[in-house]
Amino acid sequence: MSNNGSFLNAENVCREFRLGESVVRAVDGVSLSVQAGEFIALLGSSGSGKSTLLNLLAGLDRPTSGAIRVAGQDIAALSSPELARYRRQTAAMVFQSFNLLPRMTLEENVELPLRLAEVDRKERGRRVDEALERVGLAPRKRHRPSELSGGEQQRGAIARALVNRPSILLADEPTGNLDSKNGENILQLLAEIQKSLGMTIVLVTHERPLAERFAQRFVFLSDGKLTGEGAA
Amino acid sequence: MTARDLTELAVRNLREAILRNSLTTLGIAVGVASLVAMLSLGVGLQALASQRLTRSGLFDAVFVTSPRAFGGSGGGGPASHSNLVKNAKPLDEDARQQLAKIANVVEVYPQMRFSAQVKFEGEETGTSVIGLPESSRNTGAFDGINGSFFTAPQAQEVILQKDFAKELSSTADAPLGKELTLRYAERSASPSSGSGASILDAMAGALGGGISVVPREKVFRIVGVIESDPSAGIGSFGGGRVFVPLGTAESLHAAQPGDLQALMSGTPSKPTYLTLTVRARSPKDVQAIEDAIKKLGFLAFSLLDATKGLRIFFTVFDLLLGLFGSLALTVASLGIINTLVMAILERRREIGVLKALGATDGDVKSLFFAEAAAMGFLGGMAGVGGGWLIGRALTFGTTLYLKQRDLPSVQISSVPWWLALGAIAFAVLVSLVAGLYPAARAAKLNPVEALRYE
Repeated sequence: MSNNGSFLNAENVCREFRLGESVVRAVDGVSLSVQAGEFIALLGSSGSGKSTLLNLLAGLDRPTSGAIRVAGQDIAALSSPELARYRRQTAAMVFQSFNLLPRMTLEENVELPLRLAEVDRKERGRRVDEALERVGLAPRKRHRPSELSGGEQQRGAIARALVNRPSILLADEPTGNLDSKNGENILQLLAEIQKSLGMTIVLVTHERPLAERFAQRFVFLSDGKLTGEGAA
Repeated sequence: MTARDLTELAVRNLREAILRNSLTTLGIAVGVASLVAMLSLGVGLQALASQRLTRSGLFDAVFVTSPRAFGGSGGGGPASHSNLVKNAKPLDEDARQQLAKIANVVEVYPQMRFSAQVKFEGEETGTSVIGLPESSRNTGAFDGINGSFFTAPQAQEVILQKDFAKELSSTADAPLGKELTLRYAERSASPSSGSGASILDAMAGALGGGISVVPREKVFRIVGVIESDPSAGIGSFGGGRVFVPLGTAESLHAAQPGDLQALMSGTPSKPTYLTLTVRARSPKDVQAIEDAIKKLGFLAFSLLDATKGLRIFFTVFDLLLGLFGSLALTVASLGIINTLVMAILERRREIGVLKALGATDGDVKSLFFAEAAAMGFLGGMAGVGGGWLIGRALTFGTTLYLKQRDLPSVQISSVPWWLALGAIAFAVLVSLVAGLYPAARAAKLNPVEALRYE
């Protein structure tokens, strides 16, 4: 377990990208702790490295150096199949562009993580309905993403993220493609999920006022470095 | 992912890009169809050839001669050494009994062939008469018989060759059921002064009293007219125009060309045979029978080596046909590679999403494999059907062509179950191989980059 009992603990994490001759440090020595059940927002302008950091926390990418401990295991040291399992069972992601598969109905989209986790077929329907119920989209489950509004699509994506009962939810600019009303609704929904399920949530956004209303703590990033912290 | 989920997702993905995937599948189908059509032709022709050859009687027969026979005539090969010739057993009735006891021997019979004058409705023609053994009934020669085969091995009946029947009367079928008279030379043990002034009498005189020949006449009923010459396969190598049952022929004691030779080799009292034909139950028994006969001290030969050559020919023939067929399938597999690589470009984002949701590299790879295999399977099934149809069309066309020439129809193409299953399995295998590169590429896709891709 991590030293201070936190759920997520990043230690001196660096992520470098090679662009021809030069090396760009997108994440530059970030250390960060998140408590279980905490709603934390990573704030920063575009290019600050906040999305790169989130991808590292989600196990979609590996740090060049440093360690990321989540629930006691260093995900930077996991093998590729182990990392896939981490994404399947522990960390779930919500994206700015929703990323629902356009050729599947909402229901099938939400079922996809259950297929990947080889959950029993009888169990699947129940869990899909439960997740869609939670985001208020149960009546629309047979619709395709193109037949849903932006807000509905994002709620569907959240249902998909919840269906495998992860312990941490990582949201990358979830309101970026939505109007302010719908954006607010989405953050409201995330806050509810945090409270009712005790979910740990890491939100990446550049909309500070919105984050301040729902997140418990803010971390500011600039040029890949942590530049400050704040609490609600 | 479970196999069921993989299949479901693969089929769904194939359905989404229905036109492109159908065209790719059609490509496989055409490839498999050409392969199946080619191979079915090979299989069909081989079956046809071996069936015809087996039924011709050439390949289940062993021809037996006595080394003495060759020695006596002075024309022996290197095998008939003088020592061997002197000690060799004669090919007589005892030998015939011995040969008949060898395992898997159906029938042992001598070549019965003699010259005769045929009297029919006042006309007289000279021809050669051949004795047909019972087992010749099953050769293909009697498929097109007009009339019937002999009622009994000793019956006083003849079958005429079609052209000869035409010579006898206006149409080939006219003599059927009527009677004809055979005038032939009987060999008798006691000397006799023949009444007829024929050269046979002169010959008998020249032989100096060992045997003599007497002219005889017998009436036979014409029971059948046949197209082809059945004697080609029974050890006498053709040329017959009038056929009688072998038993009948033997009971006639007609003078044969072999008699003179038998006489000169020193056993005039007992009848000996120039050659005996041993019929095996099936061509695969021929080798063992041939060896057994050689052990008995006779010379034996069969056309088994010729069938070996035939088998080699068909193996090479099938191989060539298969190669041509595979060519189309190779082109089709390039189509699969193209389709799947295109699909990766199109579905980059989807692959990224799958990975973000926890799909392993293996899951993504399996999904692309499953899609390739599904296209291979569907294409293979359609292709087998198509190949079968092409084969049927070829058979149909050939049958029409043969019918125009008044020949019996044949089955030139055949799709046995092993070819059908094999072709489908091959199509799936080829598709999987074609899917190797696209699947590996899709699996290696970096999810972060794939998700950034718009």
